[in-house]
Amino acid sequence: MNTGSTAREEMLHRIHTALRDVPAEEQPQDVMVMRDYRRSDATAQQDEVVERFVERVAEYKVTVRRIEEASLPETIATTCAARALRRLVIPTDLPESWLPSGVELLQDNNTLTSLSYEQLDTSDGVLTGCALGIAQTGTIVLDGDAYQGRRVITLLPDYHLCVVFEDQIVDLVPEAIERLSDAVLRQRRPITFISGPSATSDIELSRVEGVHGPRTLDVLVVRNSRSYTP
Amino acid sequence: MSELPPATRARRPLPTFQASAKQALANTQLRRNLYKATHTIRAKRGQVVDEMPDWQKLREAGRALKERSLRHLDTYLLELEDSVQRAGGQVHWARDAREANAIVTQIVHEHGAREVIKVKSLTTDEIKLNQALAARGIEAIETDLAELIIQMAGESSSHILVPAIHKNRSEIRELFMRTLNIDNLTDEPRELTNAARAHLRRKFLSTRVAISGVNFAVAETGTVCVVESEGNGRMCVTLPRVLISVMGIEKVIPTWQDLEVFLQLLPRSSTGERMNPYTSLWTGVSEGDGPQEFHLVLLDNGRTRVLADTIGRQTLNCIRCSACLNICPVYERTGGHAYSSVYPGPIGAILTPQLLGIEKASSLPYASTLCGACYDVCPVKINIPEVLIYLRGRIVRQKQDHHQLRARMDPENVAMKLMARTFESRQRYEQAQKLAQFGQLPFKHGGVIDALPGPLASWTALRDLQPVPKQSFRDWWRSRKLPQEAQQEVDS
Repeated sequence: MNTGSTAREEMLHRIHTALRDVPAEEQPQDVMVMRDYRRSDATAQQDEVVERFVERVAEYKVTVRRIEEASLPETIATTCAARALRRLVIPTDLPESWLPSGVELLQDNNTLTSLSYEQLDTSDGVLTGCALGIAQTGTIVLDGDAYQGRRVITLLPDYHLCVVFEDQIVDLVPEAIERLSDAVLRQRRPITFISGPSATSDIELSRVEGVHGPRTLDVLVVRNSRSYTP
Repeated sequence: MSELPPATRARRPLPTFQASAKQALANTQLRRNLYKATHTIRAKRGQVVDEMPDWQKLREAGRALKERSLRHLDTYLLELEDSVQRAGGQVHWARDAREANAIVTQIVHEHGAREVIKVKSLTTDEIKLNQALAARGIEAIETDLAELIIQMAGESSSHILVPAIHKNRSEIRELFMRTLNIDNLTDEPRELTNAARAHLRRKFLSTRVAISGVNFAVAETGTVCVVESEGNGRMCVTLPRVLISVMGIEKVIPTWQDLEVFLQLLPRSSTGERMNPYTSLWTGVSEGDGPQEFHLVLLDNGRTRVLADTIGRQTLNCIRCSACLNICPVYERTGGHAYSSVYPGPIGAILTPQLLGIEKASSLPYASTLCGACYDVCPVKINIPEVLIYLRGRIVRQKQDHHQLRARMDPENVAMKLMARTFESRQRYEQAQKLAQFGQLPFKHGGVIDALPGPLASWTALRDLQPVPKQSFRDWWRSRKLPQEAQQEVDS
């Protein structure tokens, strides 16, 4: 597009002119950035970090439970029953042992032609794992890798049951960004940070939980012996 | 500032802040809503900032990262362009609003879409994208609850974060019943929110093109970040086939790692949460997941003009958190409409005049008490009072240049000149003090000056002035006894 390249050249020229006070030999790294904020906390015990994660996720009005790995299948089944879920969406790579019986499972095989928006919208909920959890902010991060599926399956169903393994939980935001760098830099995966169910305070500033995403989020924090992180 | 590029488009000056503010101040409902809103968010922000032992270090890192990006903006924009293209996205450059609107409209048109869904975006408000789309017969549906409310009401935003804060629940109930054809609806915020959810869900599932703004764009990876609360953002960046994101060129940040700073600063400063409910990050197009066509529009629209000014440049650090609005004693009383711009509050008072050209919004830099609270809360350390004073100086000098004779006769200018001369010499200063000691007598009542004549009356109408004391410091200094004199007195 002819006008496109003209606009590009002119904008770059304007920027160049605007920055004439910047010495030509200055490199971006010459502008000092001190990263002396907390980037990791060596003194934090993992159990303490997990406890903080549980506490802070719960502050977003999320039901969060700590369980042993052995009781995961049973807990998933009882949670689905308690939430009266009949049609549950699952990503195709979920471990067999997680799948609850007595519930219709809608398997999504991670392509655009898999479950339709209509099917997802009329389902009762979705069960996934996650990429990691952040204790400092009570955040769950999805990167579309193992046990998570594509973004839309955790968006359209009105209920999300998310399994977080203890060794997936980091303390601080910078640790999470660091852990995600391979997923972004090499794999270009789309990433979603979830901190509680969606919310709005747009009407007279009174907080309403649950607007467009899943209105209910349950989290199971699992004490694990072997790593589930791929 | 004649060497700067001219304003991109001729525009009439905005209404003066002082005139608009008077109207807003007369609206008591608005003032109640604003007071509640600003104080609630202010308190929440205070709590989550106080729990961060490294907050000041994060602020400094945020500022420095923005400085790095801005001083090397051309490098980073080219890197961003390359990264986005390599990840399967398309990049467009737009010098001004007209060009950006034409690009977006053309893309929507090519896909034959009559409707687009939109994530709340100040940048697209700035360029009036919705109107441009409407002119081509394309309806833009705002999906943020507050944006939807003001779009339905045909109004404009009054707050960066909570745009419909000037409306109360019964007004919204009435609006929804009328626009969405709902017969029975209470004014419970939960019920109103559910009505909006049901209405928008149909749009989300069927619309093929979405438009968003951008909170951050990472040059290194081409990753674009949208930070939100309601999930409407996730819907828009995930469901449609085509996604168009419009970003001001100042939104680029150098590396993926830099997000570790901004994702801590923004939510705490903005909504007063440790983290906002949803943050979406995508890198170009992902096979089998989300939109399969992605366009990124890089917008100038006056930003390079701000960039050219070495004092004003820091304004481009802004990450649109709205902490400065919530803390501002002026905004708290007037609300956002008085600023006549999509960017209200202290940040608007410095950004709008620089984006539009200072002569178009010359009253805005005066919409401040210069108390400095905005600087204290700013997560990227924009020294707003410094820029305000600097812009005021430019306005005065511009007036002097443009209307030389009238400016020289201007009472304020004459008074300032006189003051300057008085302060220049000790003699003139002391003479002026003497004069004032006598001159003030008719206006002094009960130890204070409570009513000055002429144009000065507007100052004393609201506050008392301390009179010039009988004995000045200099008089006292001269009259005091020197140590040896005092000693002699004791000896005798």
